[in-house]
Amino acid sequence: MAEITNEAQRTAEVEKDHALFLLREMLRIRRFEEKAAEMYSLQKIRGFLHLYIGEEATGVGAMQVLSRDDAVVATYREHGHALARGIPPAALMAEMYGKVTGCSHGHGGSMHFFDAYRRFYGGYAIVGGGLPIAVGLALAEKALGKKGIAACFFGDGAVAEGEFHESLNLAALWKLPVLFFCENNLYAMGTALSRHQAQVDITKKTAAYNLASSAVDGMDILAVEAAAGRAAAFVRGGGGPYLLELRTYRFRAHSMSDPDLYRTKEEIAEWKKRDPIALFQTRLREWGLLSDADLARLEAKIAAELEDAVNFAEASPLEPPENLLRDVYGTVRP
Amino acid sequence: MTYREAVRAALRKALRDDSRVFLMGEDVGQYGGAFAVSHGLLAEFGPQRILDTPLSESAFLGAGIGAALGGLRPIVEIMTINFSLLAMDQILNNAATLRHMSGGQFHVPLVVRMASGGGRQLAAQHSHSLEGWYAHIPGIKALAPATVADAYGMLLAALQEDDPVFIFEHATLYPLEGEVDLSAARADIARAAIRRPGRDVTLITYGGSLGITLQAADALARQGLEAEVIDLRTIRPLDSQTIMDSVAKTHHAVIVDEGWRTGSLAAEISARIMESAFDELDAPVARVCSAEVPMPYARHLEEATLPKAAEIVSAAEGMLAHHG
Repeated sequence: MAEITNEAQRTAEVEKDHALFLLREMLRIRRFEEKAAEMYSLQKIRGFLHLYIGEEATGVGAMQVLSRDDAVVATYREHGHALARGIPPAALMAEMYGKVTGCSHGHGGSMHFFDAYRRFYGGYAIVGGGLPIAVGLALAEKALGKKGIAACFFGDGAVAEGEFHESLNLAALWKLPVLFFCENNLYAMGTALSRHQAQVDITKKTAAYNLASSAVDGMDILAVEAAAGRAAAFVRGGGGPYLLELRTYRFRAHSMSDPDLYRTKEEIAEWKKRDPIALFQTRLREWGLLSDADLARLEAKIAAELEDAVNFAEASPLEPPENLLRDVYGTVRP
Repeated sequence: MTYREAVRAALRKALRDDSRVFLMGEDVGQYGGAFAVSHGLLAEFGPQRILDTPLSESAFLGAGIGAALGGLRPIVEIMTINFSLLAMDQILNNAATLRHMSGGQFHVPLVVRMASGGGRQLAAQHSHSLEGWYAHIPGIKALAPATVADAYGMLLAALQEDDPVFIFEHATLYPLEGEVDLSAARADIARAAIRRPGRDVTLITYGGSLGITLQAADALARQGLEAEVIDLRTIRPLDSQTIMDSVAKTHHAVIVDEGWRTGSLAAEISARIMESAFDELDAPVARVCSAEVPMPYARHLEEATLPKAAEIVSAAEGMLAHHG
């Protein structure tokens, strides 16, 4: 009896650790994005900036089921994916500052984070453009007899692109290990899903390609994690590709220059009632897994990490302009 | 051996020598290739190495990029250059950018082959010479083998590159007969080739136009004018040195380019000569390009559109008569 109690306690502790980890991951993205917006308004970050706020549960939940061996392909709204994949916030902040210490040496900026070590194959800023890449990565995994899968994130806007349809068909035709994560935030920039799709149920589109799919509440981190786990198991088991639609919502405007004229304040307020971080915090408190002190510690740790990231970006050097052409071509092997 | 067989021989050698190499494209397998280039390869190497694709240029070109990122050495065949426009997002936005945009962390060792050019009465959606567009793009290399030996050697050389290489095979060249030393080392794609030495005028061309340019040189020779014929071979990056050395010798240059004149590869070469060898010129650089129309179907109209040997001869004669 004593043993069972100990076992149950251990399980509860592991669950608490994992639950707090998930909370930390989401909160870290939220605070990173807020910091990025702040630095953008200070003109430290330029170009386009697309914030992930509101969608944290989708990227964090999905990333839990991927291993180091898996390849990740993301979009231009990829700060959350990069952080959840483990790229240090300092490397991302420095990238947005255009510094040589950035994760892409300042060549990519906010929309193009890369990290070869973590098999993060980049943020793609042409909607739908990452899907064929993911298909090819999966083809390589299969052909080389490796055990990885390719995880591909994209939004609801991408389902209107030909590359979505071509890629789903090719992946299914060749039974490739691709896990398609469609983060449906209901808007392709400013155009509502119902205004650009005749069929708004994205999971129904995959039937045409004989490709398995399902949808999950993208505001519920535990539901996302569980559904992603089932989807990944299907792909790893040789079932071919799978599409998981993550139903979510973007709380901020499309980018920093978007006046957000195409949706109502009421709609945004309604979705904010289902803020994935607030929802999860409430549940953790109900279960007795989160105290005010826990949360304060978490926030303080994240704040310190982000302060370090900003300091690192500020202090980092720029790439010397004489290196401008260095990475256009590689060296030719003799 | 024909040009077609030379490409096939290079493909076969690459597939045999490197297990990471595979060929992917429309009808490359069971059909044997739209131009019969890959005929027999499916039987020899099997469906894991010779992949027939759906008509999804963007997806299979992009999959080639992804497979290259993932450790394979893909060769993608696009049936004709006009179809490559369907994959231009992947080509320009991904293949050409990934190395630089990732700060050098990733590279795309991808070879893409496609047929190009006119002369087969295939009208305005199968006949264009858009190589010059590709030559505009930093991050890729662009090759246009004009001889049977180069069809073999340049493909093998392309597979040694760590960057995306596009090979343009002028479709009228496939039946061309020529000598190939299959044991020879791969071609040096960094250098243009002087196909005929001469002292009076430099004729600069590439790919499918080499034949008419050599014909023009023969015709000029009958008049006692010795033309030097440069086959660019690689159109990005350009071997400017070979061009400038020749112009310094002949002081006259005619560029023969099947692309449309405006914004063409010929325009780029002309500008480079102006920048680097202006003082060497005894006459303005001349260009012989395709007429600026969508390629017409009717034989006589297509002939009127494409560059002709007689036009090259008259361009050379004109500048030599006035300034020679």
